[in-house]
Amino acid sequence: MACKRRLRFIRAATAAAFALCLPSCAKAEKSVVVAGSTSVQPYVEILAEEFSRLYPEGAIDIQGGGSSAGITAVESGAAGIGMSSRELSEKESGLQSIVIAKDALALIVHPNNPVNNLTGAQVRDIYTRKITDWSEVGGAKGKIHVISREEGSGTRAAFEELVMNGEAVTARAIIQNSNGAVRQLVSDDPGAVGFVSLGLAENQTGLKPVKALSLDGVPPTRESVLNGEYTLYRPFLLVTDGELTGTAALFVEFALSEAGQRILTEEGLISYYSGVRG
Amino acid sequence: MKSTRLSLSPRAAERVIKVFVWAVALSIMAVLVSIVVFILYKGLPVINAGFLTEIPRRMGREGGIASPIVGTLLVTALAVLLATPFGMGTAFYLAEYTRDGAVTRIIRFSAESLAGIPSIVYGLFGFIFFVMYLNLGWSVLSGGLTLAVMILPTIIRTSEEAVRSVPTIYREVSFSLGGTKWQTIRGAVFPSAVRGIANGIILSIGRSVAETAAVVLTAGSALRMPDGVFAPARTMAVHFYILASEGISMDNAYGTAAVLIILIFLINIAANMLIDRLATKGR
Amino acid sequence: MRKLKGDLPERLFFALALSSISALALITAFIFIKGAPLIAKVGLFDFIFGMDWAPGQGKYGVFPMIIGSVSVTAGAAVIGVPAGICCSVFLTEFAPVKMRNIFRPAIQLLAGIPSVVYGFWGLLFVVPAIRAYLGGPGLSILAGSVILAIMILPTVISISEVSLLALPRQYKEGALALGMTHWQAIRSVQLPAAKSGIVAAVILGIGRAVGETMAVIMVLGNSVAVPSSLLDPVRTLTTNIGIEMGYASEEHRQALFATGIVLFVIIMALNISAQYVVRRKTK
Repeated sequence: MACKRRLRFIRAATAAAFALCLPSCAKAEKSVVVAGSTSVQPYVEILAEEFSRLYPEGAIDIQGGGSSAGITAVESGAAGIGMSSRELSEKESGLQSIVIAKDALALIVHPNNPVNNLTGAQVRDIYTRKITDWSEVGGAKGKIHVISREEGSGTRAAFEELVMNGEAVTARAIIQNSNGAVRQLVSDDPGAVGFVSLGLAENQTGLKPVKALSLDGVPPTRESVLNGEYTLYRPFLLVTDGELTGTAALFVEFALSEAGQRILTEEGLISYYSGVRG
Repeated sequence: MKSTRLSLSPRAAERVIKVFVWAVALSIMAVLVSIVVFILYKGLPVINAGFLTEIPRRMGREGGIASPIVGTLLVTALAVLLATPFGMGTAFYLAEYTRDGAVTRIIRFSAESLAGIPSIVYGLFGFIFFVMYLNLGWSVLSGGLTLAVMILPTIIRTSEEAVRSVPTIYREVSFSLGGTKWQTIRGAVFPSAVRGIANGIILSIGRSVAETAAVVLTAGSALRMPDGVFAPARTMAVHFYILASEGISMDNAYGTAAVLIILIFLINIAANMLIDRLATKGR
Repeated sequence: MRKLKGDLPERLFFALALSSISALALITAFIFIKGAPLIAKVGLFDFIFGMDWAPGQGKYGVFPMIIGSVSVTAGAAVIGVPAGICCSVFLTEFAPVKMRNIFRPAIQLLAGIPSVVYGFWGLLFVVPAIRAYLGGPGLSILAGSVILAIMILPTVISISEVSLLALPRQYKEGALALGMTHWQAIRSVQLPAAKSGIVAAVILGIGRAVGETMAVIMVLGNSVAVPSSLLDPVRTLTTNIGIEMGYASEEHRQALFATGIVLFVIIMALNISAQYVVRRKTK
């Protein structure tokens, strides 16, 4: 039944591909589940909203859970598309990944914090607790409350790789399990420092303000990423297992289309097609 | 343990203690009530027809909470429908058929142990068993099954208590009229126990509606309106947790929490009314 | 014929009971199958007493989380248990009937409020207050203890109250006849007589505190280091699972199931001691 309903709206081209893999029809009956990174999730949610306006019958379900959970879900078939904020590991090389955008990370502090810039070395010392007081980096006297993401998070992995040079973040760091939670904590705590997606470091109505720090004198902006000065960014990937069909294929196509990329850019990401290649 | 440790006379001590107990009790109640009042105060202005009927947009920053409401109702209903027959069956077996033996002891021990398992462990189990092993995916079904297992011990315990509290004379009268065991249970025991059983089911509904850890791992957190038991769903408690902890929208977080609290109040009130009706009917 | 008919329901009830308790077996089996290989690989001693949790570097030691669970739960018990007993004494002994009739259903309702709501309230009020007046990041053992204490209060209050109410009237009357003041009667006769019920309430409350996940993720800070003061952030066994489950794969995920095993064993120990206490009471 649902199979028929589906065939009605899928275009002729995809319908042909669909018929070729009839055995997977039972799976395709369900909506397309997109699962994974909580960093990528907000952007894919917005893509999916627009997508469902264009293709009202193509149901997309978006799950958080994390990059690794998303990748595992794709491997096991629990999800059709995974979202990841890190590259695939060697063990996961059986899957395909599609970069939909780049996301810069920004260090953020409370707006009342006089510090505006940190060097890479200072950030490393703060995150390994060699520096524990704001006065050591030009701020007012007060303990630094270091906030990090949890083990396995793509955002944390990118931060450790690009800023920490592989050194481990201190075990005493406060751990929050989403960009939003890090942001919220920093906006409340004058002693806090954390790192989040650039889109969330910019101030929006309805959210308490935070202040994004320059890194080695370079402010985190789309321009500084595009001209290559700001190097703290990571790819946002969609992960798939084998050839996509039906709604899933349409959705990925939409994400990479001009309309899709424009949405991502408006939300603060850096379009894959605007010059920054990894 | 000496009762005159204080240099105060017993009467004076009595006074002091009394004031102290009053103060502690009233301040605790004040704190507890203030939490609810605060949430309602912040949340009620957010609630309007649109909030209840629109699907969340932009992660829940805009739009309403229609799909989390439906998700909550579906997952809860499924859990209660699945758990009730098993829970009641177990309760009747324990209360009516058991001769004290190893089997009974194992059943009772297991039921009591299940009651103490943390919801996150139910979530782990549901995730690995229903979502992964049975390949049901993140779905209303996985969430409902997981919650069903979670609330099972509550239903067993309350139903068993209810069945046990039925006076023996009811059974004896039924037997003396030539009734079989089954006729006795159906005609004499069940009607007088139904009030307690209903109470247990209502407790479980409350627990299911309020649960977060177990459902987020099994029903998922998709924002779309669930269109069947195989669709993933986000319950209101999960929606509230995500909105609040990620600071997506404080207004909508308060609104969701207020709806959740009102729903729990309504369940309690409806339950009490239902129980009263059952009680008058049962007599 | 009649005998067979009578047997059928019994067999049905027995089957339902067996399937209910098979849930416990399934949960135990799946958690252990998933988690045991990692414990075997790391070594039981190193897993439990290991001080470093860094799955990225292959270090799996849950000792900081055990310390976390124990300290937060102990904190919750220190705050919540005396307050809860105080409240139950107030309700059974001191409160005017009218007040009692308002408090009792109110407490039942509060037991049904989702734990995430309490966590959120803690994030809004308790955490900033600790940060402002006591120092540190605010997210701390203390914040978690306060939230859990508030959460377990309804459980502790209602169960202690039931066991105080269940005492024969003669206990109190006898004590008063001996010339004791009201408070002396409560302290030296009624509370000791209701001791086992109150202990059961405390154990149940502690079980709830150990098992809570989402509410404490919001207020604990979740650091993996062993805390040195009440104002330090800390991670519990439950929050370790709750916070990392989403991102974990392969060995890391096994390690979270292994964390589940540790939690499971602690909870079972608590359950068994609670069942022991309750059984001793009924004898």
